Amino acid sequence: MADAFTFELVSPERLLLSEQVTQVVVPGSDGYFTVMANHAATMSTLQPGVAKVTTAEGKQEDYVIFGGFIDVLPTSCTILAESAVAVSDVNKADLDARIEAAKADAAAATEGEDQAKANNYLAQLTTLNQQILPA
Amino acid sequence: MPSLKDLRNRISSVKATQKITKAMQMVAAAKLRRAQDAAEAARPYSQRMGSVLANIAATVSGEDAPKLMTGTGSDKTHLLIACTSERGLCGGFNSSIARFVRDDVRKLQAEGKEVKILCVGKKGYDILRREFAALIIDRIDLREVKNIGFANADAIGKRVMTMFAAGEFDVCTLYYSEFRSVINQVPTGLQLIPAAAPEVDETEAANAASAMYEYEPDASAILDDLIPRNISVQIFRALLENVAGEMGSKMSAMDNATRNAGEMIDKLTMSYNRQRQAQITKELIEIISGAEAL
Repeated sequence: MADAFTFELVSPERLLLSEQVTQVVVPGSDGYFTVMANHAATMSTLQPGVAKVTTAEGKQEDYVIFGGFIDVLPTSCTILAESAVAVSDVNKADLDARIEAAKADAAAATEGEDQAKANNYLAQLTTLNQQILPA
Repeated sequence: MPSLKDLRNRISSVKATQKITKAMQMVAAAKLRRAQDAAEAARPYSQRMGSVLANIAATVSGEDAPKLMTGTGSDKTHLLIACTSERGLCGGFNSSIARFVRDDVRKLQAEGKEVKILCVGKKGYDILRREFAALIIDRIDLREVKNIGFANADAIGKRVMTMFAAGEFDVCTLYYSEFRSVINQVPTGLQLIPAAAPEVDETEAANAASAMYEYEPDASAILDDLIPRNISVQIFRALLENVAGEMGSKMSAMDNATRNAGEMIDKLTMSYNRQRQAQITKELIEIISGAEAL
């Protein structure tokens, strides 16, 4: 059995999860990656996606994360999510609302860089939507 | 001299008022507890954000640092964000923030700086408008918002960022009321842009320094993303503290009002009883002297 480490998932509103876990899969901005105990110190931005958490007791918990940061240390790991919801609590209306908001943002962005960023975010959200809630 | 009937009416009206203030006090107490919980729940995020920011800022310095951290190089135009409550009846809460802002505006103007004010909340706008109507660029209304969420703060943060990108100001300061306790709120000014490096205690800094980070995509890209978010977080925290402060202030103001109403009722009841007694005596005298005359 793999070593356990402290994992925390924090959104601006509250601390969602603070537990001993063995493994976390997170949607990094350069692709999904897995964090286990004694991982090299890393800091990465996250894109919208699903974080899969395996607790020390072997339970699997999934959270949908809408962008944020991950701060990995050999002994601990913290996700600072812009917003996060447990997968079981995700509903279609909420996701649709976020997609609409992202569309509006993308349309409003004028500068090339901002626009690219907004479009990227939108694309991520759309994929995510199809993944979790296959129509 | 008011008649008995007048006194009776006044007593009942003061009693009704007392009931209202009492109810408001209880509502404020309940809301205060909620606001405190919300502020507490939001604390881990801003703490972590602070430490992450501190150790990433230590690695990115000099030329690479984004403008939001180093500033534009001048400090001619100041943007003041004044956060106040949407509703009144909360003692000196709003006026103390407004006074604090006013003093700073005067000071900046005396130094020959250009000042712009962004009001969050109706009450501060009402007060500041009297003197600085020309300086107020906009007012953000949170009246419809029941529970302040991160989205509200983020909207304000985004707006500030756009203004900064457009070069509309050089220095941005956030004004809110720091919640110390139910009876003690301190108006505070916090500089948002250029971002003051967050304070970290020594041991934590040492820990962070010993860890060599790998950055993905790279340090400055993360910092570019992190700082705007940090600004939204600061605004969010300010708004939450403000709500807690407002409710605390309202609670003690309403407690005072209830007590005052109680005193007034006592006084009025006293004079009502005296007058009733006087009237009874007068009627008795009339009856007796009438009987004697027969």
